[in-house]
Amino acid sequence: MSVPLVSLRNAGRRVGERWVWRGLDLDVAPGDRLAVRGPSGAGKTVLLRALAGLDALEEGEVLSEGGPVRSLPRHRAAVAYAAQRPALFEGTVEGNLRAPFAFAVRDGDAYDAERARSLLARLGRDAGLLAQSVDGLSGGEQQTVGLMRALLTDPTVLLLDEPTAGLAPERAEAVEAVVAGFLAADDRRAAVWTSHDAPQLDRVTDQSLDL
Amino acid sequence: MSGAVDISLGQLALASLLLVVALGASIALKLGLTRGLAVAATRMVAQLFLVGLVLEWVFSSENALLIVSLAVGMAVLAGHAAVRRTSRRYPQIWADALVSVLGASFVVTGAAVLGILQIEPWYDPQYLIPLHGMLLGNALTGISLSLDRFMEGAGRERGLVEARLALGATRWEAARPLFRDAVRTGLVPITNSMAVMGVVSLPGMMTGQILAGAPPAEAVRYQILIVFMIAACVALAALGVVGLAYRRLFTADHRFHPDRLRAA
Repeated sequence: MSVPLVSLRNAGRRVGERWVWRGLDLDVAPGDRLAVRGPSGAGKTVLLRALAGLDALEEGEVLSEGGPVRSLPRHRAAVAYAAQRPALFEGTVEGNLRAPFAFAVRDGDAYDAERARSLLARLGRDAGLLAQSVDGLSGGEQQTVGLMRALLTDPTVLLLDEPTAGLAPERAEAVEAVVAGFLAADDRRAAVWTSHDAPQLDRVTDQSLDL
Repeated sequence: MSGAVDISLGQLALASLLLVVALGASIALKLGLTRGLAVAATRMVAQLFLVGLVLEWVFSSENALLIVSLAVGMAVLAGHAAVRRTSRRYPQIWADALVSVLGASFVVTGAAVLGILQIEPWYDPQYLIPLHGMLLGNALTGISLSLDRFMEGAGRERGLVEARLALGATRWEAARPLFRDAVRTGLVPITNSMAVMGVVSLPGMMTGQILAGAPPAEAVRYQILIVFMIAACVALAALGVVGLAYRRLFTADHRFHPDRLRAA
């Protein structure tokens, strides 16, 4: 068996006095397509944020490729968290897609405008969106930009938090197809999904974690 | 040119009648400030007489330790006042403001009395105390403005900061926009006041020197010196305090802790 890309060992997160989850063990291995299921408030988002190294654990640890995380920026570049309501930077959509490539962790990688345009087309959006200011975007468009921003950085693990919530069915299907294509392009890549849409999780994942 | 006319206590009592104008306005318009004005005026008179006594004592002592202690005490009060003006705080904010104001004011005052004016002895309170006091007043404003801006930004732009971190930014890459904005905000007042100095406003220290009988040309030179000192001190203090606050809210493992902020 190959070394897991990212793992939790005996992990616990506490918010205030309440343990959101505790004693959690999880391995995300190359090629995995994992669903995180649970009622609202079970801590699905908290779990994705912990995997991305955004919030510190109160108990246990996050492992990267089987060992301790040495550099969080490097870890986060490999394990990308796409938020349900992404925070977009002031400026244009394309400026947002470019932004991650300004960080030292991606030294040498460059933003690929051609790839962004083709991705946009596959998501069923007009190429004109790239030049638009983020101010006027609808909720669904913001979500699309957030997803593209994560995909274009070529992470190994994609953490998708309700990536199609609020999208029309045909757009949701396009997102599923794009993510499937992204995973198929490199068999090391893995994805972790949360969704309110149980049939969707059945379609796009092959294992699940119940919180 | 002679010194200023000595002001007798009787003349001060006469001057206090000027306050009647403000009191009269408050009573006539029912501003509800009558009591506040009276208390503030009384406090002002008492505090200044007290400071006058302390300064007389310190000036006549020629004791370096005493003079430096006074300067440190003033800096502590300035640091405290700077934090009191902020609307959000984190646990170590008092220490951070104190370190910044002490560091910045002592470095700049030291450079002025030792390097530029070359006062003998260096602790001559006639120079040290007023220069230091001028710096502290401005550093206080610079620190409170820049700190407040930084913390306000950290709260308001929490999502954006986290988005940068999630995309692989280091703590510095994630915080840089907030940092720059905060330091800039701290430097705005001195930049603006420099631009209009002598045209729209006659600086208080220069006016005081002229009243005390100094030739205006000399008073102007002191004023220019003090403004350069203020600019340097405000820049150091703002950089220092925002740097320290940055290290509290962005830990070395590149995590952001906006939860450390509390409303004041």
